[in-house]
Amino acid sequence: MSQPILDVDAWSRAATAHLSSDEALLAIAETDLDAARRFQPGAVALSTSRILSLQWLDRRVHVVGEWPLRDGELSLIDHAGVVSLDWRSGETLLARWELRLGLQPAAQSLVDAWHRWREGDEALSAANCRACGVEVPVGVVLCETCAEDEQPPSTLTLLRLWRFARPYRSRLLLGFVLTMLATSATLVPPYLTKPLMDKLLIPYQNGQDLDKQLVSLYMFGLLAAALVGWGLGWARTYVLARVSERIGADLRTATFEHLLNQSVSYFGSKRTGDLMARIGAETERINLFLSLHLLDFATDVLMIGMTAAVLFSINPWLALVTLLPLPVIGYLIHVVRDRLRRGFERADRIWSEVTNVLADTIPGIRVVKAFAQEGREAGRFHAANRHNLEINDRVNKVWSMFAPSVTLLTEIGLLVVWTFGIWQVSNDEITVGTLAAFIAYIGRFYTRLDSMSRIVSHTQKAAAGAKRIFDILDHQSNVPEPAQPRPLPPVQGRIQLDDVSFRYGNRQVIRRLSLDIRPGEMIGVVGHSGSGKSTLVNLVCRFHDPSEGAVRVDGIDVRELAVADYRRNIGLVLQEPFLFFGTIAENIAYGRPDAGRAEVVAAARAANAHEFIMRLPHGYDSLVGERGQSLSGGERQRISIARALLIDPRILILDEATSSVDSTTEKAIQAALDNLVRGRTTIAIAHRLSTLRKADRLVVLDRGEMVETGTHDELMARRGAYYALHQAQARQAEALLEDGVVGTGAVADGGVA
Amino acid sequence: MNVPIPFHWALMRDAAGHWCLEADGMVHARVTVARAFPISAPDDAVSVLDADGHELLWIDDLAALDEARRERIEAALASREFTPVIEAILAISSISTPSRWTVRTDRGNTELLLPGEEALQRVGGSSLLVADAAGVQYLIRDIPALDRASRKFLERFL
Ligand SMILES: Nc1ncnc2c1ncn2[C@@H]1O[C@H](COP(=O)(O)OP(=O)(O)OP(=O)(O)O)[C@@H](O)[C@H]1O
Ligand SMILES: [Mg+2]
Repeated sequence: MSQPILDVDAWSRAATAHLSSDEALLAIAETDLDAARRFQPGAVALSTSRILSLQWLDRRVHVVGEWPLRDGELSLIDHAGVVSLDWRSGETLLARWELRLGLQPAAQSLVDAWHRWREGDEALSAANCRACGVEVPVGVVLCETCAEDEQPPSTLTLLRLWRFARPYRSRLLLGFVLTMLATSATLVPPYLTKPLMDKLLIPYQNGQDLDKQLVSLYMFGLLAAALVGWGLGWARTYVLARVSERIGADLRTATFEHLLNQSVSYFGSKRTGDLMARIGAETERINLFLSLHLLDFATDVLMIGMTAAVLFSINPWLALVTLLPLPVIGYLIHVVRDRLRRGFERADRIWSEVTNVLADTIPGIRVVKAFAQEGREAGRFHAANRHNLEINDRVNKVWSMFAPSVTLLTEIGLLVVWTFGIWQVSNDEITVGTLAAFIAYIGRFYTRLDSMSRIVSHTQKAAAGAKRIFDILDHQSNVPEPAQPRPLPPVQGRIQLDDVSFRYGNRQVIRRLSLDIRPGEMIGVVGHSGSGKSTLVNLVCRFHDPSEGAVRVDGIDVRELAVADYRRNIGLVLQEPFLFFGTIAENIAYGRPDAGRAEVVAAARAANAHEFIMRLPHGYDSLVGERGQSLSGGERQRISIARALLIDPRILILDEATSSVDSTTEKAIQAALDNLVRGRTTIAIAHRLSTLRKADRLVVLDRGEMVETGTHDELMARRGAYYALHQAQARQAEALLEDGVVGTGAVADGGVA
Repeated sequence: MNVPIPFHWALMRDAAGHWCLEADGMVHARVTVARAFPISAPDDAVSVLDADGHELLWIDDLAALDEARRERIEAALASREFTPVIEAILAISSISTPSRWTVRTDRGNTELLLPGEEALQRVGGSSLLVADAAGVQYLIRDIPALDRASRKFLERFL
């Protein structure tokens, strides 16, 4: 960033310096845009008598404007990520400051402080941390602890995998020792080469007798080494394969469990296929790396060290020549490493893309077929696959160069050793046996080197996978569990929404909504499609946390309660009911798996689902959900109503619970719901206003704001938004009666034209 | 919602062989009888529905009914239900689907054609529904209770 960014403290100091002695600073908010919306650091300060505009010009803070607090109105609006803070007097705009959405909380605090000032509240200068509520200095939004938590995670991801290997460290150590021993056993045969040559073969060639006993001793040694190597290798593979599976299982479960605790909006922003690929394929790769490749690498390094030591002990000069290719290989590794990692990470992402196409297409197959888009989906898959090929081809190009290059280097190494060795033998500096042993050793030495260099690929693959796994594991749920949850006493059912605002990204969906729902009260929520009704109930269920304000149940902020404890008290029927694969009885008992059959049947009866269930060939034992008996939308909805009723919740939330049933069934369900609603706090959303006739109070939402509230009769008398909605529905019903469906269509078309 | 339990009722067969229910003086023709949990608790609850599928009678516990009435209900159920219970799998034609199985059921030995692995559906804990290509559903009550050979066959598909 080229602009010097002042911190809030600096702005506060500059503002305070400008105040007179009887004035105190109430709030300060940074701004970062100028009138033309170019980036320009500035701040707005609110004191007990003035509002000050500050700007950073010529490397200094200037006060560029000030207004007495008495004659103005402060307001905040935002659109498309830019927040405007307006200072008006009547209809005249005195000043406007603009800032990006990230700075909005401080601006909101400023406006709040101004409101409190206007109401003569004296406890003015206190401000609270937005995340945890601790008191913080004026103008600061997050306290230090919360601000620190927002730091990005460190990138040494592979080291962090140790957490998963730790529980198995003793078995991993055992595997390591076994690997070491197994490899040591393979060092015996070359060591025997030297005496075989020098003590047996060459003397024999020079006319001496063969020492039979010595021959059989050496042969036995060779055989024993091979057998021991075989046994140890077997044990090693067994131990490590078991550990590997267990680490993989742990990693997968940990990731999945973490995933389950994420908020609903997290899943909204992620692709199913991508998550599936991460949990499936990447964990596999990582556990192989942890349990096999890493150990192999460790043994390779050790063995190379040991072999080098043996070689030096036999003949230092020859050993030195042997080690010649090492620096070159090191250089090669350095060159390819980064390219490989980047390549593998991209390959993984592309692989996710392939899974994504599957995860999209298979559940949506009906839409695909209905719109005859098989060709397009096939094309998408094809493209993803081709992409996958391209990336892998590129990676393989680097990789395919690397591996043979290492082999070539070792071959050359061998050549040099031969040449140098023959020269030394001819000068009588070493025996033929020494040379033979050397050659035998370095064969193994170079194989090790070769396999060690291959770890580069595995490491980079695992690093890429680990990064993607930790992306999931590091993501803190944005509906966090409180550190010390308050115990929840039996719920009465009072729900208070306290000046609640909520945004999806930069889109404000709920605006400063306040609502107090008495225990047992039934609230009907109506409004146009997209007015924020579902979002409102999501906030009550704590699927999201409000950006500002609080949701309280029986006076307790829901953020202070353990999430599961709280949700147990809520019966939820959603706009799109989802059934799991299983029998109908299991689905109804989802929230209370211990419920008896009689209870399941009673809940189904209450939801008016019993009769249609009895008509299915297997009654309550019929399978539904994926691969099961398909149910109609209305049937699914009634099962989800039964599911909500079975847990006998204090709070009932019905989001268009009767939207996909015909009007006869709706009446029946309605009758059932009327009974059930009694005594429970209920929030019901419905498009058909007739559904809400039993509601104690109606709330009309429009673009996230509560525009009206009251009983049906009050709202009708007021002739406002509710009245308009009601009239529109009544007209529609009439038109249907008079002209039949065709007639309405014509009217609608005419209206559009 | 009220559970229909008439004060007095009788199930009988009319001249045409249809089942009818006489409940509190009203006669309902062509009723059907269905079990609520045919697999997980077949002897538990039973319901009698009229021709439109509305419930006329709910029997909480079939086993608690008096002998005469229970026999009638069982008879009505038998005329409607057909879910042979597989007791053993005697042979299979191939381990890939479609596969022809020779099975012993509670209704005698027979053959069935398994169209694909998805025709095997787990129900509840250890029961398995086998839907053959002709649309008949067979039931395996308890997989672990099968003999070894049958379980071996089954393992190739599960
Ligand atoms: N996950 C999301 N990300 C971004 N915007 C969203 C998300 N969910 C909803 N919205 C937007 O928020 C607004 C309110 O949505 P909401 O689902 O609350 O509407 P609604 O009143 O329930 O409408 P309907 O009657 O059609 O169900 C809509 O404009 C919608 O586009
Ligand atoms: Mg909605």
